[in-house]
Amino acid sequence: MSDTEKIDIEYVAKLARIALSEEEKAKFSEQLGSILGYIEKLEELNTEGVEPTAHPHPMENVWQEDVVSSELSVEAALQNAPKQRQNMVVVPKVVE
Amino acid sequence: MSEELYYKSASELSGLLEKGEVSSLELTRSIIGRTKAVEDRVAAFNSYDEADALAQAEASDQRRSTGNISGPLDGIPVGIKDILAVKDQPLTCSSKMLENFISPYDATCIQKLKQSGAVLWGRLNMDEFAMGSSTENSATHPTSNPWNLNCVPGGSSGGSAAAVAAGEAVLTLGSDTGGSIRQPASHCGVVGLKPTYGRVSRFGLAAFASSLDQVGPMARSVEDASLLLQAISGHDLRDSTSFRKEVPDFSKSLESLKGKKWKLGLPKEYFEKASDSAAMEPVQKAIDFYRELGCEIKEVSLPHTEYAVATYYIIATAEASSNLARYDGIRYTHRAANFDPKDSVDVYNQSRAEGFGEEVKRRIILGTYVLSSGYYDAYYLKAQKARTLIRQDFEKAYEEVDALLTPTSPFPAFEKGAKMEDPLSMYLSDIYTISANLAGIPGLSLPCGYSNGMPVGLQILGKPFQEDEMLAIGQAFESAHDFKNQHPEL
Amino acid sequence: MEYEAVIGLEVHVQIKAESKIFTRCKAGFGFEPNTLVDPVVMGLPGALPVMNKKALDGVIKAGLALNCTIPDVCKWDRKNYFYPDSPNNYQITQYDQPICEGGLVEIELSGDSRAAMGEHKKIQLTRIHLENDVGKLNHFTEDSLVDYNRAGTSLMEIVTEPDMHSGDEAFAFLTAVRQIMVYCGISDCDMEKGQMRADANISVRPVGQKELGSKIELKNLNSITGVKNGIEYEIKRQTRELKKGNTITQATWRWDADQGRTESMREKEDAHDYRYLPDPDLMPVRIDDEWKNWIRAEIPELPFDKQRRFIEAYDLPYTITSVLVPDRELSEYFEAAAKRSPKMAQAIGNYVTNDVLRELSETGQSLAECKVTAEHLLSLVNAVEKGTITKQIGKDVFLEMFKSGELADAVIERKGLKPNFDEDQVKVWCQEAIDENPRPVDDFKAGNEKALNALLGPVMKKSRGKANPQIVNQLLRELIS
Repeated sequence: MSDTEKIDIEYVAKLARIALSEEEKAKFSEQLGSILGYIEKLEELNTEGVEPTAHPHPMENVWQEDVVSSELSVEAALQNAPKQRQNMVVVPKVVE
Repeated sequence: MSEELYYKSASELSGLLEKGEVSSLELTRSIIGRTKAVEDRVAAFNSYDEADALAQAEASDQRRSTGNISGPLDGIPVGIKDILAVKDQPLTCSSKMLENFISPYDATCIQKLKQSGAVLWGRLNMDEFAMGSSTENSATHPTSNPWNLNCVPGGSSGGSAAAVAAGEAVLTLGSDTGGSIRQPASHCGVVGLKPTYGRVSRFGLAAFASSLDQVGPMARSVEDASLLLQAISGHDLRDSTSFRKEVPDFSKSLESLKGKKWKLGLPKEYFEKASDSAAMEPVQKAIDFYRELGCEIKEVSLPHTEYAVATYYIIATAEASSNLARYDGIRYTHRAANFDPKDSVDVYNQSRAEGFGEEVKRRIILGTYVLSSGYYDAYYLKAQKARTLIRQDFEKAYEEVDALLTPTSPFPAFEKGAKMEDPLSMYLSDIYTISANLAGIPGLSLPCGYSNGMPVGLQILGKPFQEDEMLAIGQAFESAHDFKNQHPEL
Repeated sequence: MEYEAVIGLEVHVQIKAESKIFTRCKAGFGFEPNTLVDPVVMGLPGALPVMNKKALDGVIKAGLALNCTIPDVCKWDRKNYFYPDSPNNYQITQYDQPICEGGLVEIELSGDSRAAMGEHKKIQLTRIHLENDVGKLNHFTEDSLVDYNRAGTSLMEIVTEPDMHSGDEAFAFLTAVRQIMVYCGISDCDMEKGQMRADANISVRPVGQKELGSKIELKNLNSITGVKNGIEYEIKRQTRELKKGNTITQATWRWDADQGRTESMREKEDAHDYRYLPDPDLMPVRIDDEWKNWIRAEIPELPFDKQRRFIEAYDLPYTITSVLVPDRELSEYFEAAAKRSPKMAQAIGNYVTNDVLRELSETGQSLAECKVTAEHLLSLVNAVEKGTITKQIGKDVFLEMFKSGELADAVIERKGLKPNFDEDQVKVWCQEAIDENPRPVDDFKAGNEKALNALLGPVMKKSRGKANPQIVNQLLRELIS
């Protein structure tokens, strides 16, 4: 974690799919640098042999039986779509 | 008491409704009137639907006339944080991303609330996607603290806290990922309760950090909070993290636990640094009250407290970066008008740049970074292990005591704009509340005094799934003081 | 220099279930766009996943049938990437703790002829995990349209080790996996409906070299034949490149079945940083012995085991078993009759693989609709065996049974196909034939065996086809000598 002050903001923004302005990039780099600096505190904590916590109250085998009980009409499913045609969501041509 | 209807408690109103001394329509009109009178200053709501509320009130009165009421909340207006899905109502999360989104379905807690007969009232402002501690990160507008309009109401459930404090709703629902119910409750002088993780279904709660989020009640009294908690609690088949555990009858247990001499712990790590903070004096007095009541007050240790903020911000932002990926300009969110029409990637980049506010972007970037290739073990896995240690701290403390007493926030509500440019100091102010989310335990904040005229909250942290004890401890203090009847001047 | 190919497959198989993997929204194929959706499928704010028990049962069954190890605990992870067919922009999958580990799949390569059993091999699996399927993009000139009906369908991914070396082996592997899935009722594996899809990782290296060459991931293999052809083409292409002294760069290519060639695909810019994290919305799955045992009890005898047993127990030729066994229903249909009369098994097998299949295909009926049952088949082979009717007449009796559903004896009775004469009468007809055809008689006496056929014909004619040719043959020989 030693080089965390230099977070590769371009790469991370690309992964996160957010177009950041130059200003934002500069600002976030600096702020995240100080946040990560603070977070590095965790390094000093000895966690050898400690199990990670994924859920505060872990359970197992939470499922439902295979019975249809949930639905949404096409109209309701697409009522908020920014662009639709033939009951489908329109997106720019996706190159495969 | 000649108190206005809108400031009466839910429990009292329930009695008045039952006796026929007031109708839900009258009550709802009173709430609407109050809202219209103060909303230009408080600005707690993102939207409200008067006609819809009146229709619900009428339906409640109709039920009552035929003797078919659904419970103590029937006919009582409850405000909803704008992060919960209500069928055919807007769900904006105070984000430009969802500014035009209408939910086609009900959250489970909303379904339960509807079954309880409550009048669902308005969509309450919040920090965008619940990320923030001041409600200043709302894309719509900031909300003011009813006790001082220049101050923030806290956050992220700032609208829910302010609305209850200002009499714009009898009760409200909030959500709490790192203190988002308790901290604004503290800042606005009301009661806020974060239930045990898994007590209330998260289905229909727009996720911020799935392993930390809980829906909970905000009210002007402990009893009112317990009524609303009762209505929304319980196992839900549609939430895999919802716990199969019987929900106690909170009203009954408030009675049966009355007068009990509790063993209460003071986490020394919480008090060491906070001794000089402005919020401490009322909290100290509250502790003295419990001691005089005959409760055993004991110092306990939560040795990993200093790692809580770091742990929290890794886990919360990592989960958020994944949870918020669905807001992409494709199916139902804001879609940028200008994007390269040959490139779907550009729809994402531009829509998310326009749709998300600064704090949300900052957290998504941080969460994306900590999960990116090569960093998982150092950040996320490490934080999950630290989380185990923090959880174990509480388990050990609860072997000695029934509950913990702490301040809710290191300071009372601050002025608007004071902390916007320094995210780290904003994050650090969550220090007393986030551990409860990491450990999954319940937490209650209730008013315990004032500092320079601004309300101060006492936080009670309970054992998992023992909200009943936590509520009883809170009520012991509340009933000996008059804070629940003190309202801001508006 | 000689080169050899090394191939690994990633096979996606949809698990047959009423509802989707993480919500109880209906699952299916061929429905109007966006009609099989709900808040979870659409990834609406606040929607949460809940596992489908049936999907877990299905993949455990697959794992046991493919000889995998089923660890005690598996968990769910999110694979984060943005794509319009993925509503949450993450796929719920299993990263480091899959539900099945390892595994072996027995395959059969094609033999020297259709009648000869091919070589059997075992292909090593890496793992099988469970995940949600994604929606479907329909491409137009200006834009694309997204249909989320398929999104959220239960999907298992079977990953093999780089353990195959030819298109034939890949073909045989997919055939074997498909048969097992269908046998076990886990999936119909209809590739046209996208119920089974395969990607191949192909590399080529000089024979004797230990390290693998750079691999090409080949996509768009939409049929089992497509897999074979695509892989074969790609092996030739890579070998040609290497022989020219060129190098292969790791990349994703697609098979163009119409053009019959592979082509390079545009690379995703920042692929492979999937930022996996344990899904906080789902709980881990613990699979105990009890669960495994009841699923194991549901697994039928698998195709190759059945084939070996059929050959052994019923003395069936390979050709018949290779028609019967791939179809579980057909093989069970056969065996229902065969086990009651094992000595007649071959005759039964012949009727099933020739007459039954031919008539079903001509009438468009399914086996379940077929009026000819085990009882019918037995009545028919017994009538032929006893000599009541000839094999030739047996064919006609079969057609009548198929149409009317009567047993063979009833058909024979109704149609008067039973011989109404005794052996003495046949003897008389034989003598008549000998007397009427002196020439073939002389030829036969001179040692021409075939000449006897010229006498057989007239006798059969006199008997109106009802005489037993074996008996006639024997009588003619006796009378001539």
